[in-house]
Formats: sequence, structure tokens, C-alpha cells
Amino acid sequence: MHVDGIDRRLLRHLQEDGGLTMAELAARTGLSSGACWRRVEKLEATGVIEGREVVIDHRAMGYAVEVFLRITLDKTQGNAFDSFIAAARDIPEVGGIQTLLGRVDIRMDVRARDLGHYQEIYKERILALPHISDVEALMLISEVKNTEVLPI
Amino acid sequence: MMELDEKDRAIISALQQDGGLNAGAVGKAVGMTQPAAWRRIKRLEEGGVVLGRRVRLNKAALGFDVVVYLGVKLAAKGRVSLEDFERAVCAIPEVQLVQHVLGIYDYRLKVVAQDLSDFERILRRRIMTLPGVGDVESNVMLSEVR
Repeated sequence: MHVDGIDRRLLRHLQEDGGLTMAELAARTGLSSGACWRRVEKLEATGVIEGREVVIDHRAMGYAVEVFLRITLDKTQGNAFDSFIAAARDIPEVGGIQTLLGRVDIRMDVRARDLGHYQEIYKERILALPHISDVEALMLISEVKNTEVLPI
Repeated sequence: MMELDEKDRAIISALQQDGGLNAGAVGKAVGMTQPAAWRRIKRLEEGGVVLGRRVRLNKAALGFDVVVYLGVKLAAKGRVSLEDFERAVCAIPEVQLVQHVLGIYDYRLKVVAQDLSDFERILRRRIMTLPGVGDVESNVMLSEVR
């Protein structure tokens, strides 16, 4: 669908505060609430707005350790990517998984309650995944910025 | 830290699947009345477990076809303070994520760009000119599996 300047203005406000009511959004964009509602409805129906998500503080949920793994696969195995990903998705402590083009093939997030728990997941679940040829780990110290806001 | 029971965790996982659910729908999903679910959600928000809600936009529909993860090493630690680097990198609108990490890199960044030449512009003009920046490694995201 074509996203025009008014749509972008709406989206900029929605990105800043996903909890805005239609009336608040209308007031901020200077549209009537009917026009506002129709545009948001259309943006949702055409998939420009995919949905809403909650932001969770995993540390507050008892997951104090977050590690980003950067994995190189043994690509001589034809199905390395597929079988690795299928097995990795079964590990509940694995958050996001992305395939990459660059020096490493896969990156994924692992959340654990503490270092002991992380070590257990790493030894028993991660290293048991198929076709790994190398693993690098980065441990999160602090999150300085985390936004899904697009510069539109 | 806030004590969470099974019901709280069920609510959080329902909300993680669909952040647009209202208290009534959350209650239905976890077997609770609307007011009971509302009170628990409110408590999770006030206790800092649920930090907020945001819209998830389709990047491609808005012209952002490229996502790149960068590993950044600082060149002159000590000489340039971490705060200077952090302040400057957070001000770049295309940078969505800045994480201070321990390992072979000092920072992890996620950058959105319209296409590869737009990414090159951001990399050359904004990232490589950051105070104290050293080695930078780029990995272009091909797909998000989970």
C-alpha cells in the first residue's frame, strides 16, 4: 500500500507511544478521530502495522544473565542451517534467532537466571546443537538504547 | 525483585504472543475474570516487569529493507569516555539497539537502513566517525527465525 505523509505522521506518534487512544492520536496529529481511526484501521489491515508488543524487563522476571551467541556452522553439511535452527528453537531459554550474512552465520540470544544456569544451558543444550563449527559469546553488561522506532 | 507466580507468567506469555490483547482477552487466555486479569497486569506494569507497549511496524512496507548487526570495538579506551561514545551513537536515528557487552566487541548495534547503499552512508558518515570507534564488523540480517 502507499503510505503518505499523514500516515507517516500517525506512525511517528504511535511509535513514540503505543498506548495512545484514538482520541489522543487524533489530537496530536490534528485529524478528526474518524479519519484517524480509518487510517489506523487501513494500516493494520494492509500489514504496515503488524501488531502490538509488550516490552518485558527480563531482569525483573528473574533472568539476570543475557548472552548473545554468534555461531559459525559447518556448511559442508547440506542441511546445516535447517537442522540447527529446528533444534535451537526447542530450547526455551533461546530468545531471538537470526541468520546473517557476514563473518558469522547465526546469532541468538540466551537468557538465564544466573551464570550457573547459563553454564548448564550452554553445556547441555547449546553445545549439543548440530553442525556447530565455532561459537563466540558476548555477555550483556547494559542496554544503552533499545527501540523499534524507525526514522520515518 | 517482584515475586511472580504461575498466573503472572501465564499472563506475560499471553501478552508476549499478542501485545494488543486487552484485560478481558488476557483473562480468557489464562482462565481468569477480566477484573482479576486487569489487576495483575496493572501490578506487573507498576512492578516494572511490563515496561510498556509498542507498535510493531512492517519495516519493508516503510522502505527499510536492510537490518545490520554491528560489533564495535573502541580504539582508544580511556581517552574517549564511554559516555561520549554512547551519547553520540544513541543520537543516530537509524541505530535501534545499543548494548554494552563483554567479549570480543565492546558494543553491539542494530542498524536499519533503506538499502545497502543507505547502510554504507550510515556506516561511513555516522558510525565510523563516532568518538573512539575502532574495529567495526557488519553482519547483514538475512532472516529472523524467532
